[in-house]
Amino acid sequence: MKETSLASHHRAAGGKMVDFSGWQMPLHYGSQIDEHHAVRQSVGMFDVSHMSVVDVKGSSATDYLQKLLANDVARLKQPGRALYSAMLNPAGGVKDDLIVYRLELGYRLVVNCGTRDKDLAWMLACSDGFEVEIIERPDLALIAVQGPEALSILETTLAPAQQSVLGSLTSFEGAPAGDWFLARTGYTGELGVEIMLPNAAAEGLWTTLLAAGVRPIGLGARDTLRLEAGMNLYGQDMDEGHSPLSSNLAWTVKHNGRNFIGEAALLKMKADKGSTALVGLVMLDRGVLRAQYPVYAQETLVGEITSGAFSPTLQAGIGFARVGAWQGPLFVEIRGKRQAVEPVSLPFVRKGQVVYQKLIPEG
Amino acid sequence: MAEVREGLRYLSSHEWVRLEDDGTVTVGISDHAQHALGDVVFVELPEVGQSVNPGDDVAVVESVKAASDIYAPLAGKVIAYNDQLEATPETVNESPFDDGWFFKLEIADSSGLDALLSAEDYASLCASEAAD
Repeated sequence: MKETSLASHHRAAGGKMVDFSGWQMPLHYGSQIDEHHAVRQSVGMFDVSHMSVVDVKGSSATDYLQKLLANDVARLKQPGRALYSAMLNPAGGVKDDLIVYRLELGYRLVVNCGTRDKDLAWMLACSDGFEVEIIERPDLALIAVQGPEALSILETTLAPAQQSVLGSLTSFEGAPAGDWFLARTGYTGELGVEIMLPNAAAEGLWTTLLAAGVRPIGLGARDTLRLEAGMNLYGQDMDEGHSPLSSNLAWTVKHNGRNFIGEAALLKMKADKGSTALVGLVMLDRGVLRAQYPVYAQETLVGEITSGAFSPTLQAGIGFARVGAWQGPLFVEIRGKRQAVEPVSLPFVRKGQVVYQKLIPEG
Repeated sequence: MAEVREGLRYLSSHEWVRLEDDGTVTVGISDHAQHALGDVVFVELPEVGQSVNPGDDVAVVESVKAASDIYAPLAGKVIAYNDQLEATPETVNESPFDDGWFFKLEIADSSGLDALLSAEDYASLCASEAAD
């Protein structure tokens, strides 16, 4: 079992450690719900060093990523800009979702830990004919500081040179600060910073932030925060059998004649009618939505929940469901009983505020 | 370390059972169980008047982690449920043996209680689960 450079700190803080794709990671440190509220209302920190950082360099790095990714890295007009993209298989299914940062020289990708092996194999296989170097960075730890107080806490804890880099960034931008890399990105729907830094420096930053009152947050709250924020989880809400179009990710796909991997398949899907879509659901009575619960419109099965939870912010069961066309009220079957749910737009919550709108079915 | 309260009977599925002075029994889940479940967010309770047999799944507790069935420990009839849990399910975490009770049963025969686990037996069961 692998562990991050902060594992002993998680145990010391009472972290309940679980196996997450071969890594020992903290699920929570006592109360997942209190951790969730801490990030929505003040600030929390996550050890996400299990995620894989991959640098792509070389004279044809841009051409290569324009082929590899469904979003277009040429939209990153200057170093520091970032974008979110799916990486597709030739059939248009999602191999993984990732963040790309443009660096002074080349790009930096952050990919999921559960898909790390297949991602690297695929990236290598697709690099034939391109002048690129693909360099994994296991020497880097990744700490996410998220919440409305994230920036103010970091202003009092980071070194002056790092503070000045952070101060220069706007949302969805990242920049190096010495051998650290600071980015205004995250997976919570809140203001926040993701910090990549040498493994040896991770303990120092973690203990400094802890002393400044930043609460450690486990994977449990990370999941409910991203769900409220309308962000997909790879392997649950999307996978190789589902395209970005049926995963609420059409906005990340850029068609501009560059012929990326999977593009032909996506264009064919667009031409065919009757595809599925990922929508938000909110339970009308108290309860909890969970993955795989079937979704009905009257007596017709129209889809299933891909991710579900009890939302601490809404105080209601929420989830994503992949559904075909439907008419009339929707129901989810829970332990043999039909429970009314409202289809809604995503996200549910952004920057601490409930922002979803009721969806009206087409046709 | 989770509390195992003396004077109660237990099921291996982590319910506790308390014989009241009036001959009815009260059922809840143990401190060990609420720790293992994590934050409780929803409880589905049986209806008053419902007849139950030992081993029937009569209630559901949903935590942030999972949904778990709660079993009837003995044959009987449901005479009350804890409606406080509908609005504040976290009471199960905060007070598993007192305010966080689930339901009360009127039972025909209290001798079945002796077949359930004693506090001591239940404590060793929890210890062996923790060692797994």
